[in-house]
Amino acid sequence: MLEHIELFFKSIFIDNMVFATFLGMCSYLAVSKKVTTAVGLGAAVIFVLAVTVPLNWLLDQYLLQDGALAWLGPEYADYNLSFLSFILFIATIATMVQLVEIVVEKFSPALYNSLGIFLPLIAVNCAILGGSLFMQSREIATLGLAFNYGLASGIGWFLAILAIAAIREKIRYSNVPPPLRGLGITFIITGLMAIGFMSFGGMLTGGGSEDNVTDAKVAKEEEKKEPAKEEELEENAVSFNQAINK
Amino acid sequence: MALLSKKDTSLILDPLADNNPITIQVLGICSALAITAELKASIVMAISVLFVMGLGNVVIALMRNVIPSKIRIIVQLIVVASLVIIVDQVLKAFAYELSKTLSVFVGLIITNCIIMGRFEAFALGNGPYRSFLDGVGNAAGYGVILIIVGFFRELLGSGTLLGIPVLGDPIAKTGLYSIGYENNGFMLLSPMALIVVGIIIWVQRSRNRALIEEN
Repeated sequence: MLEHIELFFKSIFIDNMVFATFLGMCSYLAVSKKVTTAVGLGAAVIFVLAVTVPLNWLLDQYLLQDGALAWLGPEYADYNLSFLSFILFIATIATMVQLVEIVVEKFSPALYNSLGIFLPLIAVNCAILGGSLFMQSREIATLGLAFNYGLASGIGWFLAILAIAAIREKIRYSNVPPPLRGLGITFIITGLMAIGFMSFGGMLTGGGSEDNVTDAKVAKEEEKKEPAKEEELEENAVSFNQAINK
Repeated sequence: MALLSKKDTSLILDPLADNNPITIQVLGICSALAITAELKASIVMAISVLFVMGLGNVVIALMRNVIPSKIRIIVQLIVVASLVIIVDQVLKAFAYELSKTLSVFVGLIITNCIIMGRFEAFALGNGPYRSFLDGVGNAAGYGVILIIVGFFRELLGSGTLLGIPVLGDPIAKTGLYSIGYENNGFMLLSPMALIVVGIIIWVQRSRNRALIEEN
């Protein structure tokens, strides 16, 4: 149970799709001019992520991983099809998105009209494929955790696009330097928001105390999953917090 | 006859500046920012995208008359995914350390919006040669921004370029460090990539005011 809660909050705040890994930036920038459309797209992303990540987890476990075909019989035990994962993941995602599009068109024509061209583009939204690829590279252990990861990442993305859409609606009334208007100021605001989100980095490490048990656990897990980069980020975030506290 | 007519030259040169995929068309930002903390990773990423886009555009242009328009997105995804698998396998074989640094971002070339965008906007309506030029041009425009961001982030963040120290030794206090210069570790964190791109957009638009947006 504890690991579910930990993964849930970690995926929403610390490893936020937009602010920590820049996934789904294209639609994040293109669809964030109005709050209502942003909410629609965010909800679609949550749904698609929550469905495709567990599906791709099953594919990864029973088809792609090293030795995953062992259930077919001992002679298949040493097959490693993981090089096919890109193509299989993207095929699953494209199919699911098509399905979501049909369902939305049937039950909510208003939402369908407002999302317009962007619904098919969810298929090429990096957040969706990124969710599946991170699920694979972080070696998420069970189907339940995979579902949790997909759902929480989706919620994180939703929060991010909601926040930027609200800010962009307000910023229309401000006097931004002309060359920065539109895209430029959005980039800089997103950067500032990402700095703000980095302060969540201390959330699961107990405020940066080095001898903490959970801290050691998290650090160990990080080391296993994502070698240098992620750890460096976390570490920097913690030392940054300490610097602020001082 | 020249190898490149005037129109063909503009296909390559336009995306480098006034029609840049990242700063003007707002495409392909997803994979562009996360890997730019080091110049080397940026260069490898730029080359990978150049390869995938050049070849992908040619393949789609050759098949453009036989692809039914309803399933074109899936066909495009399959073509890109196959090319990306090749890049991924080559990187794993010849530059394993680097492929670890790039981690999932090689795979995310598949969903790089520049590639799909150029397939839709150009390769589906033009011949293979011009599509190839268009692909190379746009990938180069993408690569230029990546390399600029990578250059500044690595130089200011760790004082090195391509892993070679250029500002002196921060521990032995030589070079610039002897007069009290410090590395700005903040440049290595992901938010700074956004801010650096924001500044690039600012500079570009104040030089060319025709690009300024309404709001």
